Amino acid sequence: MTDQVWIENALTTSRPQAVAALLRYFRDLDAAEEAYQEACLRALRNWTINGPPRDPTAWLIMVGRNAALDAVRKRSKQAPMPDEAQVSDLEDVETPMVERLDHSQYRDDVLRLMFICCHPDLPATQQIALALRIVSGLTVKQIARAFLVGEAAMEQRITRAKAKVADAGVAFETPGAVERSERLAAVMQMVYLVFNEGYSAGPKDDARADLADEAIRLGRLLLRMFQTEPEVMGLLALMLLQHSRSEARFDAQGETVLLEDQDRSLWRGMLIQEGLALIDKALRHKKTGVYLVQAAIAAMHARAKRFEDTDWASIDALYATLERLQPSPVVTLNRAVAVSKTRGPQAALDMIEPLAERLSAYFHFHGARGWLLLLLDRRREARESFDRAIGLANTAAEAAHIRMHIDRLIAESEKSKGA
Amino acid sequence: MMYAVLCYNNEEMVCGWSKEQDAAVMADLSRVHDKWEAAGKLKPAIRLLPTSAATTLHKQKDLVIDGPYAETKEALLGFYIIDVENLEEGLSFARELGKANPGGAYELRPIQLYLPGSPTDGVYSQGVMQDHAPAGSR
Repeated sequence: MTDQVWIENALTTSRPQAVAALLRYFRDLDAAEEAYQEACLRALRNWTINGPPRDPTAWLIMVGRNAALDAVRKRSKQAPMPDEAQVSDLEDVETPMVERLDHSQYRDDVLRLMFICCHPDLPATQQIALALRIVSGLTVKQIARAFLVGEAAMEQRITRAKAKVADAGVAFETPGAVERSERLAAVMQMVYLVFNEGYSAGPKDDARADLADEAIRLGRLLLRMFQTEPEVMGLLALMLLQHSRSEARFDAQGETVLLEDQDRSLWRGMLIQEGLALIDKALRHKKTGVYLVQAAIAAMHARAKRFEDTDWASIDALYATLERLQPSPVVTLNRAVAVSKTRGPQAALDMIEPLAERLSAYFHFHGARGWLLLLLDRRREARESFDRAIGLANTAAEAAHIRMHIDRLIAESEKSKGA
Repeated sequence: MMYAVLCYNNEEMVCGWSKEQDAAVMADLSRVHDKWEAAGKLKPAIRLLPTSAATTLHKQKDLVIDGPYAETKEALLGFYIIDVENLEEGLSFARELGKANPGGAYELRPIQLYLPGSPTDGVYSQGVMQDHAPAGSR
């Protein structure tokens, strides 16, 4: 690995904590970002000559803060702060700095920074864009590409979101326990939204697919800050387990491969190991949560060597728990898939028929309904459901998958006519 | 003489490597591994999962804490590799050890990658017996 790559990695890794700490000093998002940018420029110059500092994050915070203070001093013609070449040689300057920024302060800083992006006045798309820009440090161009919009439009979206957040004001006092857990819940949801953006990307949409990696990075960051929170373990485990299947989810033509048809040797074992280990840890806390339960469901699939080995009874039970924690027709729909395996397609169909009205505009409802009707050999009704589904498909891959069912139905009915 | 070579690095940065960067580093490392393994000198090599996946048992109080062992006064004195059903079974093993040898702590860190390496002497001589291969042919 070259020095250049090392430095870039160090800057990316340090960014959330560094910007968050600078935000605490300056209490202004733009000022914090500017100070961080300046620190990065100086790091690129300084680290290539003097070698990397022991703690890049602490270095960036201190240099960023000094640079910004210098700018103020210059305007008021005072003596400048010592320059960073001196600073980085003095390990004893770094050490107390690191100690002062103890773990809990970092934690509240980063949580605050992420929470700012989750302001309830912002629509989800703006929350995600703002988080990717501010916390992850993606360029406007990268974010625009991920969302398939022009750079100028994305710039405007982010500027507008920032203005709204600035108007709303940010609470800088250390949050109490209740507020901290509310902030954490909002942040976890935002991270999962980022993940879903990446997860729902098509097979050739690399820019958007990268968002899944970014969400996992944010999840790891959160878990480092909240090491004993079972829901944070659950969130990271859920993302890791879902992401482990990324290389098996599409075929060479870019069409969706269903879980049952996926080549399980393409699943990434390292991500699965980490996900399973986190679930084991979380279970010790004997506290259920929506992310943990969903992670446990994903783990049931990860543990099955072949599709036939899937423990559908446990999945059914886990979905029942999820229905209790977070009642939603979509959860019931997912549960019905498990029920079709344990109690048959008719039981599953009975379970989802009452959802018809609420899920009438939901692609997966009509897809699943069509599939259950097909299993019950009610072909005409199945065809109607698939037709509804195809009209509601969100991606080309989804449409292609339903198309395959319809084509098969047509082919079979022609065969029976010919016979 | 046998040595354990313990690997230290900035965890956040290593976890932040892209899939491609990670694969490139692993490929570079495996060239070194192959050479030393072929010479019969590299024994098991292990890549651990991040410290966020670790759980620590503090022996005296039988206290289980999420995360790695974070104290700096104690030194790493040894380690075990176990293959168990789940974390609970791993903790039972650690508790049994703790009864035999109280004081300090055990950190249970899941293993991400386990490379067995070249056979140890015992396994090697067994192999020779079975294969009837001349010594030094492997």
